Amino acid sequence: MSSLRNVLENGRLVVVTGSGGVGKTTMSAALGAFAAAQYNRRVLVLTVDPARRLADALGLESFGNAVVEIEASALMRNGVPPAGRMFAAMIDTKASWDELIERCAPNADVRDKVLSNKLYRNLTERFVHSHDYIAMERLFEAQQSPDYDLVIVDTPPSRNALDVLDAPRRMKEFFASRLLKLLTTQAQSRLFSLAAKPFFLVADRILGARFLTDITEFFTLFRTMEEGFVKRANEVEAVLKQHNTTFMVVTTLESAPLHEAEFLIDALRERGYSMNTVVANRVTPQALVSQAKVALSELEASIQDPVFVQAVVKATEGVEPSAEQISRVVSTIARKSAEAVRKGGAEQATLDALHKRSAESRAELCICAISGAEIARASALVALGESVHPA
Amino acid sequence: MGKTTFSSALARFSASTGKKTLIVEMDDKGALARSLNTPDLQFAASEVAPNLFAMSMNTEDSLREYIRLFVKNPLVSTFGPLAKILDFVANAAPGVKEILAVGKLCWEVREHNYDIVIVDAEATGHIVAQVDAPSILSNLVQVGVIREQTKWMQEILHDKATTGVVIVATPEEMPVLETMQLLDTLQNTTNVGVSAVVANRVHDDVVQGGDVAVFDSLWQAVQSNTMADEVSDALRAPMQLLNVATQRRRNEIGNLEQLVARSRQGGVMFMSVIDIETHVVDVVTAMTQVLKDELQ
Repeated sequence: MSSLRNVLENGRLVVVTGSGGVGKTTMSAALGAFAAAQYNRRVLVLTVDPARRLADALGLESFGNAVVEIEASALMRNGVPPAGRMFAAMIDTKASWDELIERCAPNADVRDKVLSNKLYRNLTERFVHSHDYIAMERLFEAQQSPDYDLVIVDTPPSRNALDVLDAPRRMKEFFASRLLKLLTTQAQSRLFSLAAKPFFLVADRILGARFLTDITEFFTLFRTMEEGFVKRANEVEAVLKQHNTTFMVVTTLESAPLHEAEFLIDALRERGYSMNTVVANRVTPQALVSQAKVALSELEASIQDPVFVQAVVKATEGVEPSAEQISRVVSTIARKSAEAVRKGGAEQATLDALHKRSAESRAELCICAISGAEIARASALVALGESVHPA
Repeated sequence: MGKTTFSSALARFSASTGKKTLIVEMDDKGALARSLNTPDLQFAASEVAPNLFAMSMNTEDSLREYIRLFVKNPLVSTFGPLAKILDFVANAAPGVKEILAVGKLCWEVREHNYDIVIVDAEATGHIVAQVDAPSILSNLVQVGVIREQTKWMQEILHDKATTGVVIVATPEEMPVLETMQLLDTLQNTTNVGVSAVVANRVHDDVVQGGDVAVFDSLWQAVQSNTMADEVSDALRAPMQLLNVATQRRRNEIGNLEQLVARSRQGGVMFMSVIDIETHVVDVVTAMTQVLKDELQ
């Protein structure tokens, strides 16, 4: 088991997974920014979410399909320039697909036919698995590039986070499938065998013969690219299992994301991926919870104490509160922080369970405390990345 | 985001007003059954409470039903498991799975089997593909059975008095951004109407009104050590803990303002639901009450 810091310092590829809404994108950017600031490495963060504020924080006009470098001045820590460099790109599915076709097409004719095909345009823009495949494709390209030492990839939100990792295999299966063979056999012979094939019977009845012809045309074109796609899918799969590729699971301590995280931890291990880090995000700082717990008993005891009340009156005299207001504010502080302490205690139990679960999978559990603050500048990202610490 | 919880509450509310209600889980994860406090749901709808029917979407069953209703092919029974054939068709033709799901929903509407059909949809990223599947397919398909089928589905989906999307979001940056993008996509590229935007899990202010100034000056006094140690010590950690909530609430207010402005601009109803931390079934009950208060 190697620690998160070790991964950031020596790893080659980090795949960040987790359910939607847990702060995966921000976490990827924060760890990337910290790694670039701390280590002499060229770090690329590939993200799928068009987070406006993240782009602003990184000083980018906008995120795009092309890789941009973050200015070194944005990554300064206490006046110290970063040891490395940081790059970022947001994956644009449509543009990436077009690039892929241009590269894989055997000739200009096929390329143009595919790019202008109605079915292709709908496939790439509207349907979900195409995002998964393209994310894997971009990951591979970045990992192969001599321009970066460390690549951090934020995975797209999926029904199932594993869909993304399965995308290359599915592509291979698709090329090897009977379906594609059926679709791309001569239309003539297909018509004759129609009655015998339940697939065509159903497909013809439901989709109509014309649509089937359209599909056939598209896949006949697509099949000419088989070699390129299959080779690439194999390469991507190999890269995911390489020793310097590591997986990270990000979660909050709420039940739904936690459930998904536990599923991912098991599934990644079962599939033989190296899952090094589990990050519990937005955790209430436990030290603060303990301090507040101690202070609370003091506060509750002194709420009626005239000396205490006098001190509060004096401290707030600038705003001239009524006695009623003071008592309301103080009792609100006591009541609501007691609530927060209780919640913090429950979080600790959840954390303990997650810690055990991570250890069983030989992964390090790291904690990122909730701050409530907005990430407005890259320096805040660096600080956030630095604050991620082992449990 | 609390989509399932909100759909459940909406369904319970609707059933309580005497409407025969169908609620449909689209992703088959079992969350709807948990929030309705019922056994696992099947493709065949079951009555889980008076006037309230629930089902779980399954494209294979939907295909079977479709073939029975429309293709009228006696051979179907000899096909055996349709799953494999379905996978074949769905892999080849984009939108087939989507249309089987959305077709079943539209069918229930068309046949007037229920007064209202509430759909607990899949994640934000999938909704456009689903709700727009008939349009996409009718664009791709020039003739044939499916083209005819997409016609009546589109009529149902595009009639704003019949169909409306409800977007549920928590008031955090990414969900709000996603919601605004989804509003753009739905309003600019589809003919499907949006009925409401619901901000869920909205927090209370830590302190309100004039108390904010009192709280802030007290916090300043704690930080600047102008009070006796035992007084600051009793207040420091509890107030620090509350500052996390205050900051979060501040961000929330900013995010909500954006969401309200965007909803208003698009002529969409906006509603917010306060955070309730308890068992999901109780949340549904509490939320149903909120809906009664707001909508009746």
